[in-house]
Amino acid sequence: MLTATEKSKFVLSGQHFMNGDVACAEGAIAAGCRFFAGYPITPATEIAERMARRMPEVDGIYIQMEDEIASMAAVIGASYAGVKAMTATSGPGFSLMQENIGLAIMTETPCVIVNIMRGGPSTGQPTMPGQQDVMQARWGTHGDYEIIALAPSSVQEMFDLTVEAFNLSETYRVPVFVLADEIVGHMWERVTIPHAESIHVVNRKKPTQLHGEDYAPFQPDRDLVPPMAVFGQGYRFHATGLTHDERGRPRTDSSEAQTRLVQRLCDKIRKNKEKIIQVENVMVEDAEVAVVAYGIAARAGLSAVRKARATGIKAGLIRLITLWPFPDEQIAKVVNHVKAFVVPEMNCGQMVREVERAAKGTPVAFLSKLGEEPHRPSEILDVIGEVLKK
Amino acid sequence: MPARTWRKPLDSDKIKPPKGEVHIIANRCKGCGYCIEFCPRDVLDTSEELNERGVHLPKVIDESKCTLCRFCTAICPDFAIFIKEKNCKDGC
Amino acid sequence: MTTEELVHPYERFLRKGMIPHIWCEGCGNGIILNCFAQALDELNIDLDNVVVVSGIGCIGRVSGYTNTDSFHTTHGRPIAFATGVKLANPELKVAVISGDGDLFAIGGNHFIHAARRNMDLKVICANNFIYGMTGGQYGPTTPLDAWTTTTPYGNIEHTFNLIHLAAACGAVYVARWTALHVRRLTESIKKALQKEGFTFIEVVSQCPEIFGRYNKMETPLKMIQWFKQASQVQHFSDPAKAEITPNKIVVGEFVDIEKPSYGRLLKDMTTRAKQR
Repeated sequence: MLTATEKSKFVLSGQHFMNGDVACAEGAIAAGCRFFAGYPITPATEIAERMARRMPEVDGIYIQMEDEIASMAAVIGASYAGVKAMTATSGPGFSLMQENIGLAIMTETPCVIVNIMRGGPSTGQPTMPGQQDVMQARWGTHGDYEIIALAPSSVQEMFDLTVEAFNLSETYRVPVFVLADEIVGHMWERVTIPHAESIHVVNRKKPTQLHGEDYAPFQPDRDLVPPMAVFGQGYRFHATGLTHDERGRPRTDSSEAQTRLVQRLCDKIRKNKEKIIQVENVMVEDAEVAVVAYGIAARAGLSAVRKARATGIKAGLIRLITLWPFPDEQIAKVVNHVKAFVVPEMNCGQMVREVERAAKGTPVAFLSKLGEEPHRPSEILDVIGEVLKK
Repeated sequence: MPARTWRKPLDSDKIKPPKGEVHIIANRCKGCGYCIEFCPRDVLDTSEELNERGVHLPKVIDESKCTLCRFCTAICPDFAIFIKEKNCKDGC
Repeated sequence: MTTEELVHPYERFLRKGMIPHIWCEGCGNGIILNCFAQALDELNIDLDNVVVVSGIGCIGRVSGYTNTDSFHTTHGRPIAFATGVKLANPELKVAVISGDGDLFAIGGNHFIHAARRNMDLKVICANNFIYGMTGGQYGPTTPLDAWTTTTPYGNIEHTFNLIHLAAACGAVYVARWTALHVRRLTESIKKALQKEGFTFIEVVSQCPEIFGRYNKMETPLKMIQWFKQASQVQHFSDPAKAEITPNKIVVGEFVDIEKPSYGRLLKDMTTRAKQR
């Protein structure tokens, strides 16, 4: 166990000017991440490079695996051996990781997967931004499940939300995604890294059950999350990607076992939604038009909302910090006074579908932008004007 | 005649080969026949008896020949047969 | 025969309530598990420090049967998972026990790189020449001309020489035994467990129910007789000439060298990094 002084050596407390990828790596280290397995891919490579340099300094491990499939597998292995672990990638690597993301979900492995999103599909535009993987994060692997995904809008948030991602993954024993577009990943901004003692860090619940032949590694507590035994402590437990019972034994035969397990994997997130979801509301209380945005689009959205207010339009911004679980209630709450929603995204329409669903009939205008340039505030302002005319 | 039957160790009156007791866990046996086939002393043979799985268990035809080589224990894929050393104080 | 003390000497290595296992009559997988248990027994290894990792396939079920920490991964990925485990906790003894398809078809890339890195993993491959769990399709070790459900006109692919591959990738210990060679397999497993670095043991394993029945060896005894007739013990013969044919299965140790493991190099590197 590290002393407070030792821990604080590893956290680079102070003011920094850094890029998003580097801030993300530092956030991970501050959260206690000591294992990184990854594969270089634009525009996430800087995270790997920073980790390659920093992990040995903090007695952690950096390994560059042969591909993203292996990276995700190694992350799960390290987490099960008791070490907080992460990987970072972009679209093509994210696709490769999906099967093992499913394994992490099924085995309730705390881990963080960062996707610095670029233009897709396929090889796409490696150096250009995109927000095209946000649905994939939710539905990318087969089966029924719930995950948590966070969308930083600034370099400071690349630090803060990576810490938050680790905390959420440890709390709910679920993979947590940090979905940043390439702009947020590559831009340079000021970051304040607090002192180690003031950074809130959560660690996975430890088992209180005694060891023994009847030990049940997947027996949930009341919050639906099982405490986590790790290898090497005498629990001698089994974990499998097959449907299993609370003792971890395969139950490929029983519909009752399938229902019990899969429903709990969904419920442990759904029933804890209020504690998970974060949204930033700016001037929403009296808004007639609400811009709903995340990532880099929210920066332009904020600027557009301010410009609109300056001309007398009652516009507000609902900035999604948590993309998944989707903040249904936060949208539904404003439907009474909002005449329309405006959703700018750097894709062909992904989170807008969730907004439409939650808006229950209130008109939603979608503004797509693909390629190098993010939304201009003026473009969003134009749409704000248009929806009010109708 | 095989060599082993006519060569007698000089201290054969003092040192006795160990004797084994065959134990079969009937509900584990799947009837593969390896133990019967590979026992070097032909201690086992196929029995008429069927276990709950519907396979013919091995049976001991002459336990006195068992020398505790434990090959049956090692070759059994199902942990269904093992040998315990016989306590030979009262003679075997 | 008695009924009172029916406790198998290796019972403590088996997870309670999981035996009888699902493997067919005469399946080599059961013998591999048996030899693994015997090796652990003879070395008196603390089972709390052993992690068994397996992939998908009949042999993949083995991790559910050992009374150790264990993990059953996605298809082809046990070596990558095991890499994470070993690096995160170098005190653990990490064994990867998986099949020919899992380790060398879908998992081939991970095998190559873990061997190249000399990751301290103990890999045992149950090579039964077929994909048994899914009903008997061919794989990278299926012999030429063999009948399987996806080679109904005979297999037209050349078979993999796993020994050659492992040696070429840099494994520090490479051995092959058949499931008949129980004593020597156990000795090799013991050796591998005590050796630092990437060790690979290929076990030529019988699948009488599927591979055997499809290829004129319908009973467990017929398949194991094939091992008896065809195997030749030749230590340290040329790995390049170790391909398995119907008439010749070269068994023995092929490689036994010393080379610093990834873990050792990582430790040195970390020390240097911290001194800067």
